Amino acid sequence: MLAFALKRLGLAALVMVTVSLVSFSLLRLSGDPAVAIAGEGATSATIEAIRAQYGFDRPLSIQYFQWLFGALQGDFGQSYYFRLPVADLIADRLSVTLLLGLCSIVFALVIAVPLGVAAAVRPNSIIDRTALFLSVAGQALPSFWFGLILIMVFSIQLGWLPPSGSESWRHFIMPTIVLGYYAMPAIMRLTRAGMLEVLKADYIRTARAKGAGAGRVLFKHALRNAIIPVVSLAAVQMGFMLGGSIVVESIFALHGAGYLAWESIGRKDLPTVQALILIFSSFYIVFTLLSDLVNAWLDPRMRVG
Amino acid sequence: MANMDLAAEPLPDPSPATLLRRRVLGHHGLTFGLGVLIIIAAAALFAPFLAAHDPYAQSLFARMKPPFWMEGTDPAHILGTDQLGRDYLARLLYGARISLMIGVVTALISGLIGTTLGVVAGYFGGRVDLVVTFLINVRLSMPVVLVALAVVALFGGSLETVILVLGLLLWDRFAVVMRASVMQLRDLEYVNAAKAIGCSTRRIILSEIMPNVVNNLIIVATLEMAHAILLEAALSFLGLGVQPPTPSWGLMISEGKQMMLFEPWLITIPGIALFLLVLAINLVGDGLRDVTATENRG
Amino acid sequence: MEHPAADTILAVEGLTVDIPVSHGTLHAVRGIDFNLRRGETLCIVGESGSGKSLTSLSIMGLLGKRLKVGARKMEFAGTDLRSLSQAALRELRGNRMAMIFQEPMTSLNPAYTIGDQLTEALLLHRKVSRRDARARAVEVLGKVGITAAESRLAQYPHQLSGGLRQRVMIAMALMCKPELIIADEPTTALDVTIQAQILRLLADLKREMNLALILVTHDLGVVARIADRVAVMYAGEIVESGTAEEIFKRPSHPYTRGLMRCIPVPGRTKPGEPLGSIPGIVPSLIDRVEGCAFRSRCEFAEGACAKPIPERTAASGHVYRCVRPVQEERAA
Repeated sequence: MLAFALKRLGLAALVMVTVSLVSFSLLRLSGDPAVAIAGEGATSATIEAIRAQYGFDRPLSIQYFQWLFGALQGDFGQSYYFRLPVADLIADRLSVTLLLGLCSIVFALVIAVPLGVAAAVRPNSIIDRTALFLSVAGQALPSFWFGLILIMVFSIQLGWLPPSGSESWRHFIMPTIVLGYYAMPAIMRLTRAGMLEVLKADYIRTARAKGAGAGRVLFKHALRNAIIPVVSLAAVQMGFMLGGSIVVESIFALHGAGYLAWESIGRKDLPTVQALILIFSSFYIVFTLLSDLVNAWLDPRMRVG
Repeated sequence: MANMDLAAEPLPDPSPATLLRRRVLGHHGLTFGLGVLIIIAAAALFAPFLAAHDPYAQSLFARMKPPFWMEGTDPAHILGTDQLGRDYLARLLYGARISLMIGVVTALISGLIGTTLGVVAGYFGGRVDLVVTFLINVRLSMPVVLVALAVVALFGGSLETVILVLGLLLWDRFAVVMRASVMQLRDLEYVNAAKAIGCSTRRIILSEIMPNVVNNLIIVATLEMAHAILLEAALSFLGLGVQPPTPSWGLMISEGKQMMLFEPWLITIPGIALFLLVLAINLVGDGLRDVTATENRG
Repeated sequence: MEHPAADTILAVEGLTVDIPVSHGTLHAVRGIDFNLRRGETLCIVGESGSGKSLTSLSIMGLLGKRLKVGARKMEFAGTDLRSLSQAALRELRGNRMAMIFQEPMTSLNPAYTIGDQLTEALLLHRKVSRRDARARAVEVLGKVGITAAESRLAQYPHQLSGGLRQRVMIAMALMCKPELIIADEPTTALDVTIQAQILRLLADLKREMNLALILVTHDLGVVARIADRVAVMYAGEIVESGTAEEIFKRPSHPYTRGLMRCIPVPGRTKPGEPLGSIPGIVPSLIDRVEGCAFRSRCEFAEGACAKPIPERTAASGHVYRCVRPVQEERAA
């Protein structure tokens, strides 16, 4: 068991390193960073000075390893724009993004799981067809457009919710909806499929024979077994969501890591972008590993003996 | 005793093609999706004939005209005009071309990359599989939107850049599905038979295995097409995709954002168009999956 | 079969189960009667598709909504089961009448411990503390012959063998001290040696707790071991019923005789001799069925078999449905 875990961790580390290598190369190859820092109309002398100062004249591989070495110690370099350590910049904003991600996945689960259960209990009924229709429609809805429509209705026309910023919990409502709805179709369908399978099982009949009522049979006996793959999926979705937060945060001007990424791209602040790519990748990897662990923990057959 | 001699000839079983056609026509999602898709494709194809105006032609005079269902509409512009006086219907139709082109070309590029990787990994297994799986994991860990934005920002936004970047990023599902499909088929009898008579590897892959995974390939292709279209729209919306004055629907939404309070049609029309296109493609993909499901197991 | 005795725990008359299918209605159970006294074991014997499982499930009220159950009379300890609401039926289920199923490997919920599932059986019907429920669970596990009961409570089903799981199922049925246990092929999925153990356990428990037991099976060996009374089912009907002794000594219905011939008897059946078999298959029960359902496979079939078959009574309540008169005792 331990050897297996170590192997997974080792692979994960390798994946992260590769991701960072790919993004490093892409970013560097796009142009001369010295020019980007120096800005428009800078003299070649200034550019040279900057190049020397930042070490851009050294071979790319050396530059990469220096970056990697620093990154492993938590030093992601300095922002070109702010002249502040990148790590500090990100740390500030990260909690907002994580909070948004958490709210979104909870939102998605709270709506999609009961819907999936209801659909499975009465297959081919109105509820089932509606749920399936909503799930197909949800996957076709462009998230940024959905966000705009929500702003139009709830901020501009009704005035209930603030359109941008991140000061209060109210600022999180629409972003949560927009980030979360995309995960709902998959969760709903998986819950429904799982429940349909589980409800056919013999132990459900046993529960009924014991005199258990419909509610208990459905939620204590059936869902407990059907939910296992759904939780795994939710963890993986969480990983994707964090990466997708950039669109939502920029529409709603929510000051999280995604918004920082958006701004940094605009400012060509490469160290920040580089670090953020790495951070989001590691989130995905962590959540995928977490989902496997949760899977194993929820299913007693994998946990014990 | 009944006279058995008068029993009628039993009807012949319907051919597989007929059965398939029946299943396709009976599947409502599939027919609706195909219908909408054909309409949009036709609109895109015949855009120059359907649009009364040039989508790039600006007119200070005819700015911000509302569409036909609102007050103050101009009959020359059925769907109204945008803030630069460009005919919205024309931009919508030409935008369909952009979306469809992006969808198809991106799916082709990513499909080629992903299928090659997936088939090779699935067929040869072993170390090749390990490497490809590793690559897939690397790709999956990358925040696609973020990376795409960064690359486009750094190399300059344009239709070609977007297609290239998305094509190079969206191959993961192709690889995963093709790998799984090929692995299922790899050890079946007819593959071993082909090997036994000395068929070259390339021939086995192309003639024995590929025909059986093609339907999965098409299904994934439709899903990735939809994915690419949505992504391009998001990128263009954020200003880092197709550049103005090209009529991308995402760009139209972005341009209309400023004025959405007073002229909501500027964002609702292209948004609905995007929604319908992606919905249609998804319905076709899902429908194909349902309709061919039983054949897979056969 | 009339047992107007006061200790009748189950009285069923005219039970029918109909299943709507695409081209009509399948009459799976076509009007059966039987009674059961406290402390008595009734074995319902038949091949697959005879309707025996459906009979047991309909008594418990566990059939799906699509299946239509009808009966002139279905009384449990004097209470009319047909008039009970769903809630009232749930009160009875697992409490005063309990059921054991065929597949111990899949009949227990893999996500919960044995202790959880056992205590649930009690807590659903009695207001007791968790501690008392656990104590009862330990007690009952002991009754079914499971050692180290305390430690078993924390185990999960996948950690137990098939025989152990079936014992747990029996224990679960006993938690509320039921008056009737229905066992649907409880030993079919188990090894022969385990089968014997489980049957012996059931017999002991029955004696100890004065349980009424309905045991559904296709295995005459099981019947021989444990039955007080036997009802032979074929194609949705009871074709013969009586005491176990009567049925084995004087099988009167051709189907029952056919079944008896299929069992090898130690000492009598010569090695190498072919065992009996009943040629043919069960007829379709969709829509109207006239006369005797067995006549397509019966060596004695005659014209009268196509009309409604009378019930014949032999000695001491031995009843069978056939136009032929009572046969002599089976050659000893």
